[in-house]
Amino acid sequence: MAEKKSLGKEFTKGLIKENPVLRLVLGTCPTLAVTTSVTNAIGMGIAATIVLVCSNIVISALRKIIPSKVRIPAYIVVIASFVTIVQMLVKAFVPALDTALGAFLPLIVVNCIILGRAEAFASKNTVLYSAVDGLGMGVGFTAALCMMGTCREVLGAGTFLAGIQDLLVLFGDNVLGGWNGFDFNGALEFVGLQPITLFILPAGGFFVFGILMAVANKIATSNGKQKAVLGCANCPMAGTCTSKKEHENCENKEAATV
Amino acid sequence: MKYMIALLVMGLLTNNFVLSKFYGICPFLGVSKKLNTAVGMSAAVIFVMLMATAATYPINVLLEKNDLAFLQTVIFILVIAALVQMVEIVLKKFMKPLYNSLGIYLPLITTNCAVLGVVILNIDEGYTFLQAMVNSLGAGLGFMLAMVLFAGVRKKMENCDVPEFLKGLPITLVAASLVSLSFLGFGGIVEGMGLI
Repeated sequence: MAEKKSLGKEFTKGLIKENPVLRLVLGTCPTLAVTTSVTNAIGMGIAATIVLVCSNIVISALRKIIPSKVRIPAYIVVIASFVTIVQMLVKAFVPALDTALGAFLPLIVVNCIILGRAEAFASKNTVLYSAVDGLGMGVGFTAALCMMGTCREVLGAGTFLAGIQDLLVLFGDNVLGGWNGFDFNGALEFVGLQPITLFILPAGGFFVFGILMAVANKIATSNGKQKAVLGCANCPMAGTCTSKKEHENCENKEAATV
Repeated sequence: MKYMIALLVMGLLTNNFVLSKFYGICPFLGVSKKLNTAVGMSAAVIFVMLMATAATYPINVLLEKNDLAFLQTVIFILVIAALVQMVEIVLKKFMKPLYNSLGIYLPLITTNCAVLGVVILNIDEGYTFLQAMVNSLGAGLGFMLAMVLFAGVRKKMENCDVPEFLKGLPITLVAASLVSLSFLGFGGIVEGMGLI
């Protein structure tokens, strides 16, 4: 019973308390790049979750075999293999998603969330726990992407879940009667408004992310938690980073002289 | 020649790697606090981007010849990781001053998606070797331009009275949004100059 409870904890911590995007500030590039629509966000989230769970399982199963000196390259090879598998699957079954995500699909390899979880969790815990941790982090990542995607798509394009058939094509043609998302443009035009295109442009991505971050910080600080910061603490390379010490020294020296 | 200049201008202004394509956001937000660290980091990125393009382009030709193109992702990330390590060792041994200014950023570049991103883009776009190199240079210079500009913005921002809930990362992101917005103004410059 006790084990079951903590398994649940491992799962839920990725959703809110340690949400990879809004609390640990990892994986910012895909977060900003693919959230122009909710459909893309869901697709990216699912692809990353699959890679995350699979690589966590394999890395945690091999954690006693991989020598600690070459662990980062070993992790990268494992992750890259799963990314290649996912990439081929997406190309074969959801080709529209492959076009929409472009280079960001292979770039899951360098997504800090995956290497970060491998280093921080899977290399120290059993297979079952690592799988659950990966799943929780993946769902948390997907949820954060969907939040961003919803804000940007509704405000910027006046649609919601547009092009969802591109994903549903997995389950056959014309699922849900060919329903292809909501479209508010007609209603907006009726009251003489237009969607704010800025929000689906890159600038809108930064803006929405900033505001979401502020909200997340507000909630965290009102619960007595630290604000989210970007720094060495959550960087997956921190453990092996030879420069960290020098870097800190030089930053401290600068801070002292300024 | 015209196309090469167009590639450079696109990388620098209209299709800026950081501000409009979202590659390398982590160093953009993390290392842009001070101007000299921003310049050091971007110089290291330009260096590694050029080396990585030069190394992966022939490898890709080899892979495609042997019908192994699906191995691209695995091979490229390994090549980049090995390259970064090697460059670090060589610099440390033979070029101490350069190492002192660039070296400390090198380990962080392996997981920088800008480097893998430019390599993959070069192949997706089907560039020739020379075009790929110019494109990488443009992307790297664009990265540097964004970093340097943003370092200046952040320096100014240090003296500003920011509302409590926006302090830290949120206001940095909003500032990045404004910098990105200003780059929208360059849209159409390549067509306007008659380069394409």
